[in-house]
Amino acid sequence: MTTDGGKSQSVVEAKGLGLTFKTGDGDVVALSDVNLEIKRGEFVSFIGPSGCGKTTFLRVIADLEQPTSGSITVNGTSATEARVNRSYGYVFQAPALFPWRTIENNVALPLEIMGYADADRKARVSKSLELVNLEGFEKKFPWQLSGGMQQRASIARALAFDADLLLMDEPFGALDEIVRDHLNSELLKLWAATQKTIAFVTHSIPEAVYLSTKIVVMSPRPGRVTDVIESPLPRGERPLEIRETPEFLQLAARVRDGLRAGHSYEE
Amino acid sequence: MRGLMGGKTVPVLIVLLAIVLFWYVMAVVMNAPWQNTLNGRANLTDVPLTEFALQTFTQDKPVLPAPHQVIGAIWTGLFGSAITAPRSLAFHAGITLGATLLGFGLGTLLGVLLAVVIVHNNASDRSLMPWIIASQTVPILAIAPMVVVGLGAVGVTGMIPKALISMYLSFFPVVVGMVKGLRTPEQIQLDLMRTYNASPLQIFLKLRWPASVPILFASMKVGIAISLIGAVVGELSNNAGGGLGVRLLTGSYNGQTIQIWAALFIAAALAAILVILVGWGERLANRRMGVRA
Repeated sequence: MTTDGGKSQSVVEAKGLGLTFKTGDGDVVALSDVNLEIKRGEFVSFIGPSGCGKTTFLRVIADLEQPTSGSITVNGTSATEARVNRSYGYVFQAPALFPWRTIENNVALPLEIMGYADADRKARVSKSLELVNLEGFEKKFPWQLSGGMQQRASIARALAFDADLLLMDEPFGALDEIVRDHLNSELLKLWAATQKTIAFVTHSIPEAVYLSTKIVVMSPRPGRVTDVIESPLPRGERPLEIRETPEFLQLAARVRDGLRAGHSYEE
Repeated sequence: MRGLMGGKTVPVLIVLLAIVLFWYVMAVVMNAPWQNTLNGRANLTDVPLTEFALQTFTQDKPVLPAPHQVIGAIWTGLFGSAITAPRSLAFHAGITLGATLLGFGLGTLLGVLLAVVIVHNNASDRSLMPWIIASQTVPILAIAPMVVVGLGAVGVTGMIPKALISMYLSFFPVVVGMVKGLRTPEQIQLDLMRTYNASPLQIFLKLRWPASVPILFASMKVGIAISLIGAVVGELSNNAGGGLGVRLLTGSYNGQTIQIWAALFIAAALAAILVILVGWGERLANRRMGVRA
């Protein structure tokens, strides 16, 4: 993949996307008329209060939920084809490591399933663990690692088979702020190193502003996109201190306003 | 010494001592009427209590044999004759053990297979489960003779009929446990496998099966103990084939209470050893699967 030639190519394209869950208490509209494009190489954050459909949208991209209206293409194909082609790596809210597997075997899990050869598997596992700074923990079992390290292992697992698209669903939501800051800057480095496209769900404004090239603000009932903000912050290297600059604070204020607007609409 | 006092050893030994004491007292009490009759016939009167107690411990066919009589019978039964001799308790224990292990193996296999079918097929969950539960409400004592006699009529004798009874008992805890065990994976883990486009077989081998191993071992501990009971019950229906059950049966025909107790204790010890062996297997599996010690 060439970074320049493919830059304008859209990886995810949603048109008039809607999803309604049928429950015992009636229908719940999780997503309504979502139009969005994610281009190759972008880091897109989805932010909004709980119930705004940000996780649902990510799950639709991953073909874990089926939209009830509109259309979505992933890598130019249907979401199902994209999943069957293993064109994305998914990082869940919890690490979801298999407790009976060592860290290296957890990272090797998708490679085993996809039928990679032994030697290739070994090389990819050590490369992925290197990317998340977990060298030396190959033989440990998940319970022997801290929460932050477990989540890093789950990121390594999503990276192992080299999908171009990384879908991350509040991966650092359960971690304390110090660990989260650290992982955020590591994630940016990883993104720069791997040139992947990342869709990242969060409910933290600083996290969204710090990481993203594009911020999608969503609001609940029905879940919809209220604002799409292109970040003026520099691409690539962003020191943590960038969060004290006026540009950063201005951007954060705009996101906060967007969230507030979405909320007052509902009440 | 501290370790001994702090551990379970001392309390367990104290309880054991209390049981043995109670047993000896009960042996005197329960064997007293017959000893009085014997002493009356021999015109023995005014036997001192200690001597009378010793008499009640040395009867040939006591109502309740004293512990040392049972231990003696176990000792001579196990080591007093060649292992191939029909008098040897080890010989009979071996026959029972064979049927137990075969039945346990078949039962575990059947239990796992049924659980796999039930977990992967909704219709069989609803149609099979009630029958599986109903199978255990039928008294095994009523089924065992039919199995043994019925199979005997078509020429199947020896270990197979007994193993089938063991299987009938031991598949149940395995199927109930494994249905639960194979369903332990969380939605997030199943979603993860879906993102990899994993096949149902891969999901089974890499997620459901390893996730259910702890429950499998717990079920097998129950299963192996009742497998032994199944084999003994099977032997009670046919005294030609030998086994601990046959020793119990012939013992009760002939009033050989010492023989009955000896066979009983061997059976109990055998069950305990088998459960311990399954426990070792469990620990081995736990270590390989990184379970926190």
